[in-house]
Amino acid sequence: MAIEGDLASIGAGLAAIGSGFAAIGVGTVAGNYLSGALRNPSAAASQTATLFIGLAFAEALGIFSFLVALLLMFT
Amino acid sequence: MATEAQSDGGLVFHPLDQFITKPLFGDGIVHWYTPTNVTLWMAIVVLSIVLVFVVGSRGRAIVPSRMQSVGELMYGFVYKMVEDVTGKDGIKYFPYIMTLFVFVLFANYLALLPMSYSSTSMIAVTAVLGFGVFIAITILGFVLHGASFLGLFWLKDAPLALRPVIAVLEVISYFVRPVSLSIRLAGNITAGHVVIKVFAGFAALTIASPAAVLGIVAIYGLEVLVCGIQAYVFTILTCVYLKDALHPAH
Repeated sequence: MAIEGDLASIGAGLAAIGSGFAAIGVGTVAGNYLSGALRNPSAAASQTATLFIGLAFAEALGIFSFLVALLLMFT
Repeated sequence: MATEAQSDGGLVFHPLDQFITKPLFGDGIVHWYTPTNVTLWMAIVVLSIVLVFVVGSRGRAIVPSRMQSVGELMYGFVYKMVEDVTGKDGIKYFPYIMTLFVFVLFANYLALLPMSYSSTSMIAVTAVLGFGVFIAITILGFVLHGASFLGLFWLKDAPLALRPVIAVLEVISYFVRPVSLSIRLAGNITAGHVVIKVFAGFAALTIASPAAVLGIVAIYGLEVLVCGIQAYVFTILTCVYLKDALHPAH
């Protein structure tokens, strides 16, 4: 099977690595929240908003890499 | 990969075709006033919001009907969020935040209907929302606090030598806010719909079709979650930025 495509496709594939690192960030946020919440369950409910803000910040950077991949593929 | 080669080109992916903007009538050029599928679906979003919030709670009953209690739940949820994050001062700006939340939520959920168009996946739509928030909050900060609003960038707690460096970083992060706000929403919705379409593409292959069914069901469930979370995140970040404008010293 011959390899098709151009350098932009390789760049888009490399940009997709960023999604993996965003996954690490999201996992860190959620995991730390859970370990904190299990130690002090009474304080957990008040911190869910912070959890979602943290998740959103971590995830946005992964979305940026997805965006770079899309721009490389379709422009 | 082997099955892909055998079924001479049976596996064709066009996952991004669902985001093409088409005029509703004819195939002319799209001007800013042309009715397209984007404007059609945004109109449907607004109409369904009116249906729930105006027509649904027309009775104003003490014991709410089903439609009215849905509206009341959403109202109470956003009201509590604004109150928790911005404090009592922020309640004045609750109508704006409620409007943003309801629009983003309904647009996200209506986009999950089959054959629908996801209007929040367009950068143009989300950028108007994001930059609207940014401009409104910047003006509000300067109106309320004058030049002392710039104290947001000049942290008094930091050591004096570090303050200029931190100020530069704070200014950059301030101006990235609308970009990240709009791209996060559009990117999340786009990515989710692309993944659903990619799994739908597997249905063309007999061997891979169970993966299509399972994948679409799983990703659709995830998307139901993501749509709600993204609307929530959009509004709570608006509340956080609003708090910065109301109390720049903290």
